[in-house]
Amino acid sequence: MSYEEKGVWVYLVTSAAGYLVYLAIIAGRVASTPVTAVSYVPVLLWTAGAAILASVIGRTLVETARPSDSRRSDVRDREIARSGEFASRWFIVAGAAAGLAMALARWDYFWIANVIYLGFVLWAVAGSALKVAAYRSGLQP
Amino acid sequence: MTGKPTRITNSIRALRFARGEMTQAQLALRIGVTRQTIIAIEQGRYSPSLEMAFQIAQVFQVPLDEVFQYPAG
Repeated sequence: MSYEEKGVWVYLVTSAAGYLVYLAIIAGRVASTPVTAVSYVPVLLWTAGAAILASVIGRTLVETARPSDSRRSDVRDREIARSGEFASRWFIVAGAAAGLAMALARWDYFWIANVIYLGFVLWAVAGSALKVAAYRSGLQP
Repeated sequence: MTGKPTRITNSIRALRFARGEMTQAQLALRIGVTRQTIIAIEQGRYSPSLEMAFQIAQVFQVPLDEVFQYPAG
């Protein structure tokens, strides 16, 4: 497995795990508090920050346990990265469009922030999953 | 992006062994890619660019169609 592929796996796991932790905490709070009164901002920022930090640490740990031949990316890595991000970009667009529509309709900040956050998470997870699939089963034009 | 499997086949593995058992890592170093990319090309999981295909043929000093083949029809 190349250095870049390992990085994609780590990013996929940490992105999904970070969001699942966020959902679990918020779901626990929603059970006892009205949605619009839930304190979600610190949880969102902390879980997003922790996911980024975990991906950096995870990549270092994976590389220590199973060192790669080289840490350089090549043309195949770049093509896979580009195609994964291109194919998953619609989640960002959908999240932004939904956020805009909800803001125009004067929805509560909780829903607007969460739909945009979900768009980012889906973009990261779907993009990483597509990249892993390309690494595993092949990338053809 | 993952698309249907390529119909292009290649003789890179045979050519490597015919050239003094050149390793995948040595070939990768010669054309400036990772060893995993050479593995992916050999297994038909990645179609290299035309430029990389010519680079590979140059390493083995053979014409391009001795490295890559495409079935007629």
